[in-house]
Amino acid sequence: MTSQTLLEIKSLSVDYEAASGTVHAVNDVSLTLERGHVLGLAGESGSGKSTLAYAITRLLNPPAIITNGEVLYYRRKNADDTAPIDILELSRSDLRAFRWSELAIVFQSAMNALNPVMNLEVQITDVIKAHNPNMGAGARKERALELLRLVGIAPDRLRSFPHELSGGMRQRAIIAIALALSPEIIIMDEPTTALDVVVQRDILSEILDLRNQFGFSIIFITHDLSLLLELADKIAIMYAGRIVEMATREEIYRQPRHPYTRGLLNSFPTLRGPRRRMTGIPGSPPDLRSVPPGCAFHPRCPYAFDACPKIVPALLHIPTGKATPDALVACHLYDPSLNPDGAESVLDSRPDDHREASQPPQVELSASSDAGGEQ
Amino acid sequence: MQVTNLTDQNIDSSSILSSAKGRRRGILSVLTSNPKIAVGVGTVVFFVLVAIAAPLLTPYDPNATVVNGSLPPSAAHIFGTTGLGQDMFAQIVYGARVTLLIGFTAAIGSTMLQVFFGLTSGYFSGVIGDTLNLIINVFLVLPGLPLTIVLASLASANAATNSNDTVIALVLLFTSWSYGARVLRAQTLSLKERDFVAAARTTGESTLHIIFAEILPNEIALVAATFVGTFVYAVGAEVALEFLGLGNTSQASWGEILYWAEANSALIIGKWWQFVPAGLCIAFLCAGLAFINFGIDELANPRLRVERSRRGRLLSRKSKAVVQ
Amino acid sequence: MNANNWGQLITPQLSDLNGAHHLSEEAPVIEAIHLHKEFPLRGTGLLGKSLSVHAVEDTSLALRPGQGTALVGESGSGKTTVARVLSGMYAPTSGSIRFKGQTVNIRRWTEVKAYRRQVQLIFQDPFSSLNPVHTVSYHLSRPLRVHGHAHNAREERQQIISLLERVNLTPAAQFIDKYPHQLSGGQRQRVAIARALAVQPSVILADEPVSMLDVSIRLDVLNLLLRLKDEERLGFLFITHDLASARYFAEETVVMYAGQMMEGGPSEEVIQHPLHPYTRLLLSAAPDPDRIGTDLGAKRAETPDAQLATPPTRGEPPSLIHPPQGCRFHLRCPHAMPVCSQRFPERTDAGGGHWTHCFLYGDNNQISKEDE
Repeated sequence: MTSQTLLEIKSLSVDYEAASGTVHAVNDVSLTLERGHVLGLAGESGSGKSTLAYAITRLLNPPAIITNGEVLYYRRKNADDTAPIDILELSRSDLRAFRWSELAIVFQSAMNALNPVMNLEVQITDVIKAHNPNMGAGARKERALELLRLVGIAPDRLRSFPHELSGGMRQRAIIAIALALSPEIIIMDEPTTALDVVVQRDILSEILDLRNQFGFSIIFITHDLSLLLELADKIAIMYAGRIVEMATREEIYRQPRHPYTRGLLNSFPTLRGPRRRMTGIPGSPPDLRSVPPGCAFHPRCPYAFDACPKIVPALLHIPTGKATPDALVACHLYDPSLNPDGAESVLDSRPDDHREASQPPQVELSASSDAGGEQ
Repeated sequence: MQVTNLTDQNIDSSSILSSAKGRRRGILSVLTSNPKIAVGVGTVVFFVLVAIAAPLLTPYDPNATVVNGSLPPSAAHIFGTTGLGQDMFAQIVYGARVTLLIGFTAAIGSTMLQVFFGLTSGYFSGVIGDTLNLIINVFLVLPGLPLTIVLASLASANAATNSNDTVIALVLLFTSWSYGARVLRAQTLSLKERDFVAAARTTGESTLHIIFAEILPNEIALVAATFVGTFVYAVGAEVALEFLGLGNTSQASWGEILYWAEANSALIIGKWWQFVPAGLCIAFLCAGLAFINFGIDELANPRLRVERSRRGRLLSRKSKAVVQ
Repeated sequence: MNANNWGQLITPQLSDLNGAHHLSEEAPVIEAIHLHKEFPLRGTGLLGKSLSVHAVEDTSLALRPGQGTALVGESGSGKTTVARVLSGMYAPTSGSIRFKGQTVNIRRWTEVKAYRRQVQLIFQDPFSSLNPVHTVSYHLSRPLRVHGHAHNAREERQQIISLLERVNLTPAAQFIDKYPHQLSGGQRQRVAIARALAVQPSVILADEPVSMLDVSIRLDVLNLLLRLKDEERLGFLFITHDLASARYFAEETVVMYAGQMMEGGPSEEVIQHPLHPYTRLLLSAAPDPDRIGTDLGAKRAETPDAQLATPPTRGEPPSLIHPPQGCRFHLRCPHAMPVCSQRFPERTDAGGGHWTHCFLYGDNNQISKEDE
């Protein structure tokens, strides 16, 4: 924990209680978020990424329960100034004050997050009024207009209703509301998934502009890893409720370590380079009600060996050299006690090993002859 | 007229199937899995059995005068006797037949009309759909109960004793179907935009097949609920008509019992056995039907189901769906 | 070591490998000729001018056996409408559809019915394209019965099993009695594909078939479609908003914007050498991990041979009820000229099957005298 740490999640676990049994939606997750950084959370259905976000903000309802963990928030810039506060332990009134002024959340579908019968001005000033009761109506309206300007909505749309706005504008409105109280952390849950690619690009660059301007931190949740590679400073990859890899985006791109990450990166068709058949990852993400034993990914993993179905891998630190922080991987390939040969030998010797029945007879090429592929 | 609120929720007949866990479990297990449905069905079945077994349950003829005047309950007459000296218990069990029959007939007929008009007016757009919608709206606007009373009184003035029941059933049928049709129409309008309907069309299915084999099965929960609701309405309206004297006054039925109780001023005199048993039977029957409807609500909308964790804690109802 | 080296396979059959970008010369199976589709808005027209949604304007396409044509565009581009008109679900407002060279007369029900058999549609949302109250077996048996492909129950079951095997849902017996909610998104999509195959069509129209699936299973389904295209010589219309998957799947790519065709040609050509400003905008907006290290907020990285710089362009597709005159992209185009708002440009051929509709490249850009 350095003076740059803003949020520290320690061993957070969230369970869903159902009649058929307990589902571990989030399983022993630890993360840190630095000031002004973008932390990307990537995962597919069942990975637990959204549940994690809602747990941090305490928006979970029964039957979801936080069974373990702390979420420590460091408000002051000097580490020795005050102790961090545990968001999970805040009283209801403190939580109310904390929410939105320190931590805001942008939901996936703006149409669902905006009240359809209230216009934008009311929705923005509502938030401001709730936290700053002393602010006058004129000042609130000024602030609302300023927010709209920041996100690129024309001021004459201030009194528009959500249904009168386009999808991109609605999403921008949601971001404006999130910024209303200048929070330190903004959690964004798939904010651009429902939008067209051009609008998405616009909004993402605006978000980064705002971040550069105001210095808040972002937790960006998405299933689209390729987006995070351009956007995030640090990326955490989740699978079946656990973090399987966490590293800076350069590390993830240049040297993905976990087989799932490597599979994911190989699941995006490319715009440039030679056209070739890609294989992705066989199988599908597990149903959380019946997670495979040991490493949850092992049924789909081409490098699984005998330790994988038995032992749940812990996050291991892999030094990356230079000044960059360690990469974290939860994979037995990197555990010298279980795999003395080292990960590289395994990964290189079998560049692909998919039992994809639909493939026509394959011409396998060794990795070296294709080294020139993507450069 | 009870109009169900199922359209407010996201009704999904597949959730009924998911409660059967994908195996082909019969209707029986679906019915018994939910306590509300079990109670409701049990009550209705009880009354049906009583009606069927009436001759076995009582030696008396309900219309025969066996004693002089109205006697309180005793060993010989469990529910006492009516003002005309007929055995009350016999009247109740034989009367169940009439009440149930009229209610059931009206409900079945009404539901058939509801399904036909609701689905077709919802599925077809343009002139056909608009015309069917107009028909529904016309019937909707007709004042139900006053019309019922007028028609029934006209009928009772002219008709012979037996066809009176048919007339009542028909009148109830025609004044009640439009509510349910409206609800089904709304649901159909929404369902026909779903991709699987478009997929059925591109596969080449006929319109008839699409409406009755693709769309209707998705609305079974709604149809069942409105059927039960119509049944309740029919029973209530029938009792009301008979109470007003528009029914067949010489026939034993629960409504007639109440009519005669009123005619004999039973409440004032204090002869409670003349109306309490019949009133309770009507109330229990309608309550049972209402329970069936609550149960269908729960089956169709998984969010209303009460989950019990393995540790036996009662978790909140209407909890939000799993966030993922 | 580069991540993308993992799992490379090079299959000789994959067309357009490192060189020849020619498209198939076979005669097209389905052709759309100058399709035009408007949807009248209800409620307008009684008092005053009736309004309609101008969804598709003058679109022409040709689908050939064993060839994939990608239709790329954002929301409101009209690509879904084109698919639905091509599948016979909507009748075009004007223009015609040809099957194997013969125009399909939409007024004759028998012709329409025979045509619909040849064209099947796969929908975007695997969760709503299957009827939740019917089993997989039911879904697959219906097309077999409607089109008479199976004569008795035993044949039907055999065909259902073989269909499931064709889409890699094995062991087939495990899936036959399942309900849609018991299947994952990828499995449902495969059932939808099997249902389309059961009709035995010549052409499949896939409307964003993988955009609602998890990333790790998209390739599986895409590869399945590729196999069906290559091995079974089915024609494909592949609708997507993602240029990268268009490149992966289709030999030909057509770009649409607000109901108008902007550019088209061999996929590799269109993507590596885009002509139309809108295509360039799409390419610059697509996620591209090779751009890593470039701050999104800073100037966008140029494509390798960009002759025209593409600055970030704000704005969204226009309303189709009152669409802009002329080229509908002109309001957002950095190279718009006066003539662009007057009329839609004629087609300019750039060679090798690559064409575009843009005044920058051709069509005498003088304002015609009639428009003055």
